[in-house]
Amino acid sequence: MLRLDTNKNKPDFSSTEIRDPLNRVHIDVSQQPKIRVRNLDFYYDENQTLKKINMDIYEKKVTAIIGPSGCGKSTFIRILNRMSDFAASSKVRGEISLERRDIFDPEFSPVELRKRVGMVFQKPNPFPKSIFENIAYGLRINGVKNSHEIEQRAVKSLKRAALYEEVKDRLKESALSLSGGQQQRLCIARCIAIEPEVILFDEPCASLDPISTAKIEELILELKKYYTIVIVTHNMQQALRVSDYTAFFLMGELIEFNETKKVFENPSDKRTEDYITGRFG
Amino acid sequence: MKMQAKSLRQYAAFLMVRAVFLFTSFILLLITGFLLLKGAKVLSFDFIFKMPENSMTAGGIFPAILGTFYLVVMSIIFSAIPGIACAIYLNEYGPKGWISTMIRTSINNLSGVPSIVFGLFGLAVFVKKLGFGVSILSGSLTLSIVILPVIISSTREALMAIPQSMREASMALGATKWETVWNIILPQATPSILTAIIIGIGRAAGETAPILFTAAVFYSKELPRSIFSEVMALPYHIYALVTEGTAPQSQIPIAYGASIVLLFLVIIISLSAIYIRQKHRSAYAKIGH
Ligand SMILES: Nc1ncnc2c1ncn2[C@@H]1O[C@H](COP(=O)(O)OP(=O)(O)O)[C@@H](O)[C@H]1O
Ligand SMILES: [Mg+2]
Repeated sequence: MLRLDTNKNKPDFSSTEIRDPLNRVHIDVSQQPKIRVRNLDFYYDENQTLKKINMDIYEKKVTAIIGPSGCGKSTFIRILNRMSDFAASSKVRGEISLERRDIFDPEFSPVELRKRVGMVFQKPNPFPKSIFENIAYGLRINGVKNSHEIEQRAVKSLKRAALYEEVKDRLKESALSLSGGQQQRLCIARCIAIEPEVILFDEPCASLDPISTAKIEELILELKKYYTIVIVTHNMQQALRVSDYTAFFLMGELIEFNETKKVFENPSDKRTEDYITGRFG
Repeated sequence: MKMQAKSLRQYAAFLMVRAVFLFTSFILLLITGFLLLKGAKVLSFDFIFKMPENSMTAGGIFPAILGTFYLVVMSIIFSAIPGIACAIYLNEYGPKGWISTMIRTSINNLSGVPSIVFGLFGLAVFVKKLGFGVSILSGSLTLSIVILPVIISSTREALMAIPQSMREASMALGATKWETVWNIILPQATPSILTAIIIGIGRAAGETAPILFTAAVFYSKELPRSIFSEVMALPYHIYALVTEGTAPQSQIPIAYGASIVLLFLVIIISLSAIYIRQKHRSAYAKIGH
């Protein structure tokens, strides 16, 4: 991922002003955001996938990202922990800060960033290792050496991910023997074991049945107590149920961003209204 | 009816596949049977564990067995480590696009080069230029170049087969690229890498041309003492007995006997690699690790 900003116009995080005459993107300047996104442009080759995105992600809140397929939701959240670095010939311009620190700063290593900003993917992707080892791996690479501590933290995170009761007698079995929903909760446990500050969920329920989906939603509401959460979802009801803030993306633009209640009950933009009432997308 | 025609075609295809399979197995059996028929009578404990006698018209082939064993083991060591490292670099770190395509093409072309060319290269570089002389070292280095392309391309294919989601899962936890390769990618690729090594073993044990000028001698009075010793080797021994023997009546059966030994040597070395692979696979499938 190439950064297009020149050294001359280095990000200036003191600026909070955003030009948005219609007030469709509502940024609460009284709050210190966990993540701040300013004038973010993103390109795959020459195709601009994100256009001038401005938004804030608030601490210990759930922010839902909605929008039709291909509008850039995954692209957006993958920039937040720089998983986008792996996309060949991609370019980024603009500012993103995590607690006022520029995430593109060469001194802020992406490895360090990802320890603080974890991610749960659309398709459950446990390692072909034991259930226990799936969690222990993340702890070990994050410098936890003591096996007693690893065990303790693994159990704690499995409990927090509401999976412990189901797997406590089979921690040594392959993670691949779990159901899809359990695998996804294992991926959540694996992520929270290393105690990130932010967790990014990219359509975490897309491949799950309704019961597993309900469990994950319940879990997200619980996790909100400890973590800042960003969740991409296709499901309007899910966004309404779990999120405090909602961002509506359309063709790479952020059309509307506000408190979830406001977005769903009284959208400022016609396109948002059309989308949430199911008129397109 | 349409349905019938379809099942008929299916049946015909099945028959054909089975015929090809049977034919291949038949040829394989034929070769083994032929070797046994011609050479079994010379096989004995002494044949395997004794030195040759009477200008190689009698006695055993122990030095050749030992020589081939040394050459195989050392050439695997010399090729597996750099080969795997090269594949990791190409697939996980290396440049994408035309550079990568060019490197891959050259590696594939390398595996098409006749092995006598590698033999000459080994003679010029290892034997002469680097001064290793005609030795186990020169021979196994030459052999390792012959099997390197196989190891690189098979390892690379194994790495490519591992879904991107595994790399993403690891990197998203804050793992570095190397931690991901070492802990997540390599364990999953190990069975395929071992398969590549097995193929490499077969190749290294059977090649004559690469060791012709670099390692092998027709006859040596003593067993090799170090990696700088020249050695007898089974494929060359067979070749020499058949083409340059002075007493064909007694030497041709020895050549067949040596062929049987070579065949089983390769099978034994391969089986041990297969055993390791199987053990690794089941460990991975059952409890992970
Ligand atoms: N790695 C990539 N390389 C090139 N184009 C991509 C890549 N990933 C996504 N895109 C394109 O970027 C656009 C946004 O994709 P994405 O962020 O995945 O959308 P969403 O998650 O909202 O469905 C799509 O047009 C998609 O085809
Ligand atoms: Mg997506």
